[in-house]
Amino acid sequence: MDQTYGLFLYAISLLTMGGIYSILALGLNVQWGFTGLFNAGIAGFYAIGAYVSAILTTAPSVRHLGGYEVPYVVAFIAAMAVAGVIAWGVGKICLRLRSDYLAIATIGIAEIFRLILKNETWATNGPRGVSMVPKPFETLPEPYNQLLFLAMILLTVAVIYWGLERARKAPWGRLMTAIRENEISARAAGKNVERYRLQAFVFGSMLMALGGAYTAHYLKFIGPNATDPLTATFLVWVMLIVGGSANNKGAILGAMLMWTIWSATEILTSRLPDDLAIRTAYIRIFLIGLVLQIVLQKFPQGLLPEKRQ
Amino acid sequence: MPTLELIDLEGGYGDTQVLRGVNIHVDRGEIVVIIGPNGAGKSTAIKSVFGLLNITGGEIRLDGEILTNTPPEKVVRKGVCYVPQTANIFPSLTVEENLEMGAYVREGDFQPRLAEVMDLFPPLLEKRNQTAGTLSGGQRQMVAMGKALMLEPRILLLDEPTAGLSPKFRGEIFSIVKTIHATGTPILIVEQNAKQALSIADRGYVMVDGRTVHTGSGMELLEDPKVGEMFLGGGVSNGDAEAASSTPGHIPAQEGSAAP
Amino acid sequence: MIELINFYIVPGLVLGSIYGLGAIGLTLTFGILRFANFSHGETMTLGAYFAWSLVSILGWHPLAVMPLAMVLTVVVILGIDRGFYKPFRSSPTIMLVIASFGMMLMIRSVIQFFWGVQVKTILPGIQLPIEIFGLIRISPKHMVIVGSAIVLMSAVYYLLKYTKIGKAMRAMSDSPELARLTGINTEHVIMATWIVGGSLAAAAGVLLALDSHVQTLMGFKLLLPIFAATILGGVGRPHGAVIGGLVIGLAEELSTYPWIGETPLLNPGYKAGVAFAIMVALLIWRPSGLLRGRTT
Repeated sequence: MDQTYGLFLYAISLLTMGGIYSILALGLNVQWGFTGLFNAGIAGFYAIGAYVSAILTTAPSVRHLGGYEVPYVVAFIAAMAVAGVIAWGVGKICLRLRSDYLAIATIGIAEIFRLILKNETWATNGPRGVSMVPKPFETLPEPYNQLLFLAMILLTVAVIYWGLERARKAPWGRLMTAIRENEISARAAGKNVERYRLQAFVFGSMLMALGGAYTAHYLKFIGPNATDPLTATFLVWVMLIVGGSANNKGAILGAMLMWTIWSATEILTSRLPDDLAIRTAYIRIFLIGLVLQIVLQKFPQGLLPEKRQ
Repeated sequence: MPTLELIDLEGGYGDTQVLRGVNIHVDRGEIVVIIGPNGAGKSTAIKSVFGLLNITGGEIRLDGEILTNTPPEKVVRKGVCYVPQTANIFPSLTVEENLEMGAYVREGDFQPRLAEVMDLFPPLLEKRNQTAGTLSGGQRQMVAMGKALMLEPRILLLDEPTAGLSPKFRGEIFSIVKTIHATGTPILIVEQNAKQALSIADRGYVMVDGRTVHTGSGMELLEDPKVGEMFLGGGVSNGDAEAASSTPGHIPAQEGSAAP
Repeated sequence: MIELINFYIVPGLVLGSIYGLGAIGLTLTFGILRFANFSHGETMTLGAYFAWSLVSILGWHPLAVMPLAMVLTVVVILGIDRGFYKPFRSSPTIMLVIASFGMMLMIRSVIQFFWGVQVKTILPGIQLPIEIFGLIRISPKHMVIVGSAIVLMSAVYYLLKYTKIGKAMRAMSDSPELARLTGINTEHVIMATWIVGGSLAAAAGVLLALDSHVQTLMGFKLLLPIFAATILGGVGRPHGAVIGGLVIGLAEELSTYPWIGETPLLNPGYKAGVAFAIMVALLIWRPSGLLRGRTT
């Protein structure tokens, strides 16, 4: 009985994190899948969202900025707004340059943001991070609190999915595909390519911030080293490419699948003796990297290829 | 045996067909010019020799040897040199380094050849250590052609060498082409400035809509009223193409391949 | 003034020459293979770890094992090119960026697996600085670093300026398409690029290890500064990369000098941000680099 209940809780946590990663992967899909923009700083936008939402909702603390205690919804919107403004700035500078520069700039933004989080201890409590972040529904008994949180995540994923599917089928989505595939003729047709790219970049980054905000509340903690930023960014990329770029179902499938593999292998390796457990953790990253390379080379369409209209 | 032959050639980029039946040959020691309206596929015809497009029908022969779909680096090794219309020099390399790169596939010492090529283009000798990107348009063309000549090519392909040059430089380029020709190198040129080009050419081809529709000696084409008409209109109707068939040397357009 | 030279300018030049070495490789791959190689930082880390192992096995001075570390790194890099980059030669370059991004994590995880994450020292002991004119104090290791960098940079200069393959590398950096039409064997040039870039990256890693320590994130921390140096010097321009490296190195160190009042101008914790700030400024005002590189 205890074991099945444990498995039940594990399944809920798997779906919750899988759902959060789906939001991140959908955000990347708007940028890379639909528009062809390389964002190497997913973790940066994720962290922005996480910190903004955490600081806005936590009780006052001497260690960091806080005590605003705003409602969750307001915090989520603020998290997305801040990330959106930063993405707008980055995009404004880089989107007119060749694609590599955006990649470099986004990885830079993520690094700078990490430096700020570490150094501005008055606001962020530095390397120790913000703890005691409130979690929606946490006053309810288990497992209902967990289930409701999961429901909130899945509902968000569903709403984003529905919205993105509508956008994809609308003239906006077709224009995005046109720009990605033949920028020159889109320009020749008088389309303001930069403006549309900027929209996609800002919107995708806002989704990433929302994913970050949810994580902070789910884990009740956020710190600059809560997740290795590069691994997080990398995981989202692998999820999207394995699932299928430019396919929203693919992004969700990839996120759920890769998160399950990632989490299950972690459980397996954590049972090994300490020294070996630490080392095999690196093997996991290596293997995930190998999966990415193989999919890129042999199955560039991913599990669910892009749907053409 | 002709040096270069394009026989019933068809092909294009990816799935887009551009060439729909090209028949061209260049004999030893000839200057041959391809003229035709914009978008007729003149430059594409030249690029086909260099393995830069997907050939779907016909063949290319170099001294009888089949050359169809050979990748560019191998075509160069066989002694065919091509000067593209734009981006035909390495701007950050010096004039001399550009010429040296032209001799990249050549075995042994290239210095004697370098001296010969410099003799052909005296202005380059003075600027041999200058970065090629800083030269004038005409001088850049000299570097581009000199670079191609470093291999003592069996045939030289020039893609609109006078495009974008002032009339003064245009004349200069044509006189260089004549100089190169005097060394015995056969040359195939694609040219917009049809009159000047035909006046130095041994023979010419008229291309329309991906096909070679008409051929004759340089003088014949210059005096042919139909040819003059074609360049004024920028395109040609089927009626014109048929009318052209009455003149000597016409190559019948292939049946069946649809024109848009 | 003397303090400024000893504690800011000298370390800035030392760091700058390491950045310069790293940036040469990055600018060459950027120019010739046309993609921003994200795994270049990890290449440096790999070189440092190879050197650390060789030092512990052979017991030689790090400088003596450096050539061997460079060779080993190049072998790995050529293998990576064949397996992971070559399939994308005719694909859009962004595919290579993704592949190199994945490779960055893969190389790092292999290093963490084999060598662990503990910080290692390659040159034990503390060396006393040597005094010049009784004022300027430079530690021997700093002289070794700058000296080695100058030797390596001169070798690259000679290669690019006077050898056939070097000229072909510059030609391909100018225009890969024309290089092919000219009959240049582009695969040879790409191989030469990896050999030069990989060995310089390994050397930069070893020199950085001499300056401080060997650790798994050392190369990644250099990625932003060397990207900044590359863009500053103009993509595809090795001499620009050297100057860019020196400028970034000096700027990072000088940014923490107490120019106004007693406190450092910039919190040293943000030193790593200086490179990024310079890069962003360049991307806004001079995307082709201060020394006129390629724009597209």
